[in-house]
Amino acid sequence: MTTQAQRVISRDTTSEELDSDYQWGFTIDIEQEAIPKGLSEDVVRLIAAKKNEPQWMLDWRLKAFRFWSRQTYTEPTWANIEHPPIDYQDMHYYAAPKSAADGPQSLDEVDPEVLEAFDKLGIPLEEQARLAGVAVDAVLDSVSVATTYQEQLEKAGVIFCSMSEAIQNHPDLVQKYLGSVVPYADNFYATLNSAVFSDGSFAYIPPGVRCPIELMTYFRINQADSGQFERTLIVADEGSYVSYLEGCTAPMRKTSQLHAAVVELVAMEGAEIKYSTLQNWYPGDRNGEGGVYNFVTKRGKCAGADSKISWTQVETGSAITWKYPSVILQGDNSVGEFYSVALVNNWQQADTGTKMIHMGKNTRSTIVAKGISAGQGQQTYRGLVKINPSAKGARNFTQCDSLLVGDKCGAHTVPYIEVKNPTAQMEHEATTSKVSDDQLFYLQQRGIGVEDAHFMIINGFCRGIFQELPFEFAMEASQLLKVSLEGTVG
Amino acid sequence: MTTIAPKSVADDFPNYVAAYVAQRASNVPAIQEMRERGWEAFNNLGLPTARRGNEPWKYTNAGPIARQSFTYSDVSPGSDDALAIADVQGIAPWQPDWRTLVVVDGALAPGLSTGNVAGAGIATGLADAVLADPELGATVLGSLATPDEDGFAALNAAFAGDGVGISVPAGTDAGVINVVYLTTGREQPRATHPRLLISAAPNSHATVIETFIGPDVRYLTNTVMETSVGEGASVEHYRLLLEGPEAYHVGVSRVVQQKDSTFSSVAIAHGAVLGRNDFGITLAGTGAECMLNGLYLTNGDQHIDNYINIDHAEPYGTSRLFYKGILDGRSRAVFGGNVTVRKHAQKTDAQQTDKNLLLSEEAEVDSKPSLLIYADDVKCGHGATAGHIDEDVVFYMRSRGLDLPTASRLLIHAFASEIIDTVALEPLREYLDERFRNAIPSASIALPIGGRS
Repeated sequence: MTTQAQRVISRDTTSEELDSDYQWGFTIDIEQEAIPKGLSEDVVRLIAAKKNEPQWMLDWRLKAFRFWSRQTYTEPTWANIEHPPIDYQDMHYYAAPKSAADGPQSLDEVDPEVLEAFDKLGIPLEEQARLAGVAVDAVLDSVSVATTYQEQLEKAGVIFCSMSEAIQNHPDLVQKYLGSVVPYADNFYATLNSAVFSDGSFAYIPPGVRCPIELMTYFRINQADSGQFERTLIVADEGSYVSYLEGCTAPMRKTSQLHAAVVELVAMEGAEIKYSTLQNWYPGDRNGEGGVYNFVTKRGKCAGADSKISWTQVETGSAITWKYPSVILQGDNSVGEFYSVALVNNWQQADTGTKMIHMGKNTRSTIVAKGISAGQGQQTYRGLVKINPSAKGARNFTQCDSLLVGDKCGAHTVPYIEVKNPTAQMEHEATTSKVSDDQLFYLQQRGIGVEDAHFMIINGFCRGIFQELPFEFAMEASQLLKVSLEGTVG
Repeated sequence: MTTIAPKSVADDFPNYVAAYVAQRASNVPAIQEMRERGWEAFNNLGLPTARRGNEPWKYTNAGPIARQSFTYSDVSPGSDDALAIADVQGIAPWQPDWRTLVVVDGALAPGLSTGNVAGAGIATGLADAVLADPELGATVLGSLATPDEDGFAALNAAFAGDGVGISVPAGTDAGVINVVYLTTGREQPRATHPRLLISAAPNSHATVIETFIGPDVRYLTNTVMETSVGEGASVEHYRLLLEGPEAYHVGVSRVVQQKDSTFSSVAIAHGAVLGRNDFGITLAGTGAECMLNGLYLTNGDQHIDNYINIDHAEPYGTSRLFYKGILDGRSRAVFGGNVTVRKHAQKTDAQQTDKNLLLSEEAEVDSKPSLLIYADDVKCGHGATAGHIDEDVVFYMRSRGLDLPTASRLLIHAFASEIIDTVALEPLREYLDERFRNAIPSASIALPIGGRS
């Protein structure tokens, strides 16, 4: 393994220090405990055994695996993406840092190399926790290695831990909610995840509690050719509130990596969950070689009345993104939101959007999706707004705007609108255009270089979404966008 | 006659096999050749009944059509003598200065048609038109709506018997050509496969009305329209789907436009229990312009599917797609709009809009207005809305002394007028407006849904 970048890249890093090549591409030499390549029932049993899981968990995994193994069960092909067939037998399904086998009890026990990796990512755990007031449940490959700010959370009664710990310590909660929003037979990748998921985050906010800090997980894909199968479950009980941040960077890899995560959110009566994602995995090189396949199933359920789930995502990485964070609006007066910025450059492909399923009365949903295509990138907004007969007085507003930079890219909008209740009001708007020549001219004649001018316009285009992000994320998102776009204009 | 492959999709449709074998060979080589191509394609495709992964038919189940066995009789032109011109005049738009061609049960009925009233070019039966203008057979017939793109187009090609061919010479005006497709009542459900060809040579003009009418029994109209719009030519097209309440209707229309040509269309759907209007436009020359307007009015158990594709293949194209729907009863409307802008089709300006008014608790609308854009210097947008009559507006009107039925009626009419008013042909506009006024659903207008009254 090689170490390519030695500098620490943090949120303070200026753009001059970054060039357009993928800066986060380094690997750290940690002893990995991996089981042989391939997927079989034995592998599923082995994963469960290694994690010392109870029988019900193994049964669930096996049920998913058997469903996945059926001949007729195939990958979805409707998305506007292209990739060579994936060999599911040529992949590792479990990798855990060896040194974590004992289980670190505090930061001091964490492998210094792991900490170094986080430093490079700009998350000095202690400092970050203190300065930003953020608890980081840092997931390095598959095993959670450190969890901070536990005490403060415990005082509030909030459970925030890795999924493995939750299975051991809170089996009743996990058993009750796991698969309740994304069932194991939901789709090809979700089923695969259900069978082999390694770890992930679990959060439970008790009734009436406002989570005192923003919960945060940094995901990393570290071992070569190890598909990562995260499973995240967040349950916000009655009247509670939680904001969850998820940020992603992955080191440079030669072969494509599969990432098939599942995120489930459950909001009870009057609860609110805000879920923000910054995704910057390795997008492949300029010629479209390598890069992460990000095939993720994210879904939230507004189970109770007056609940709210809000998804905000900034997607700049991954060779292929296939992701539709959705909300099932079951409770009356519940609210679903989806704010997204997706950027594709070089040979990246993104087929992303959302699904808003209105079931309860007076449910409301808002979708604002901004797509930026540059280079040879292809991007598709694919969204479903479904208003069921029971959703009296439901409202939806959808806006999808696409910006094209260069003449070799593509931007596509494929909305599906199904209205089965006449009292529903739904509106959909979309526009596609290139960066305005007039605006560019204006900025240039004010002495701003063509590249900066482009960036200013694009940043302005995305502003509405960035405002939905927590502050540090907004800064990082803006910077990411700039780095990702460098070299495309001028 | 072609040999029929021993194992093929078509074996699921024994009636079609029998009818194809029994069919008399056409004396026009181009038509016979297309039939063979069509039959081969149908053997490969079958009917689009698959539910999974069948995106063009996502919201419409063609199963009822596939399961129904239809009779075919090789009708000779003018077989139905019982009809008189006056009968047709009563049920279809009709003007003395239009050239009217009546296709009865899939075959042109000369006795019911009014010949060359005015206007240039050929407008006659399909076979005669292809014989008179070989270009029509070589460049339009089966080339714009190719049999292998859809099972219904294949079926139409395989059974292409008659229909209408229109050829307009360069620089001339063909006037108004009124094509009426009439299916007569039968005890057995019958299927007809009429085809319309339009070739508008450079700088010519033509106005073509297609009207589909039928009785109160089950039957299938599986029609194909192919139009070639030459450089600088303009074609005004009206498609009135006024089939009987039990009818199945599948229409595949393909238009290819050359440089600086104009194609405008108004499609009205009010009839048929299951109706599909598959309209495809290719802007194959620079600066071409198309305007597609549509209005669908559904009630009862009706299912109307408008599947519109606009392909901007060349730069400086303009397209406007504007469809509106009024849904009542347990009816369902589907709008599938696709605007594709190819890589070098720069400076394209495309807009598509679909607006729906839902009048009943059980009506459903599925709208999918998509944009696929591969060029960067474009101006494209789309919008879709669905909702019911605005309560506030109704309240305002009632406060001014209008009773509720009048107020709703007025609002529904206003909603539809936006499309009806785009009909440039005045007598036709009046005909449609009149017809529409009578069709405004009265059952549902008693109360605005969810209203406070």
